[in-house]
Amino acid sequence: MAKSLNDINGLIQVSIQAQHFDAGAEIKAIESILVAKGGAANMGAQALFVGLVRGDEPAKAELATSNSSAKQSLQGLDIEHYPAMTQSSIESICRDAYSRWPYEFCRVIHRVGYLSVGEPIVLVLLVSSHRKEAFAACEYVMDYLKTSAPFWKKAVFTHGEQWVDAKTSDADALNKWS
Amino acid sequence: MVKVLFFARLREQLGVAEQTLEWSHSDTVLALAEHLVAEGGDSWQVLLAEDTVVAQNQCVVQRDSLVSDGDEIAFFPPVTGG
Repeated sequence: MAKSLNDINGLIQVSIQAQHFDAGAEIKAIESILVAKGGAANMGAQALFVGLVRGDEPAKAELATSNSSAKQSLQGLDIEHYPAMTQSSIESICRDAYSRWPYEFCRVIHRVGYLSVGEPIVLVLLVSSHRKEAFAACEYVMDYLKTSAPFWKKAVFTHGEQWVDAKTSDADALNKWS
Repeated sequence: MVKVLFFARLREQLGVAEQTLEWSHSDTVLALAEHLVAEGGDSWQVLLAEDTVVAQNQCVVQRDSLVSDGDEIAFFPPVTGG
């Protein structure tokens, strides 16, 4: 049974934070919320996505030649955002996902500030009755988060920094939802 | 007054994160951007670039959206989160 907008807001929890997160602790926390609400009976599936800082971002030509003495390797990402808009834009994506796949709970965490290679950036945890909607809603939230939530990554190399360009493959990923 | 914000690459290119603008009339986002370019010079042309995104009161809008006194307008490059 689909819920009203007010009810949906209780099923969505979005955090923008600098701190590290623990995916296992997040799963336990959501399970406790659902048990307390009496909704645990509908919890048949949990889909979890965690995105990490990949180490293979290539340095652009101008950065590569500005210091030819050293091979550039990525140290980490500096993530900027638009604080007044970030939270509401992700919540809006989660509500859109709910209208397609009425789920039991959606938890999103996105980190900001400096993150070293290998650190987690983003978490989407989708709890629903069945696996198909858990997978689909989780992927939908990630696809739209990547293309519409106001975050910007700056790649920090051993010598220099550069803004990461938006990928057309991310925009193309939205086609499967239209 | 309209509060204008710039993020990421745009903020660095323009050397400014935020400014306020007298805005007592009703006109479009495009007119506001053209006004900023006229005031700021050539480097501000980036505001008119096709891939520059504009948000009005924290929602993405098209260039023909009408700007009112008290609005917050943000210009930024395509997003790269996740």
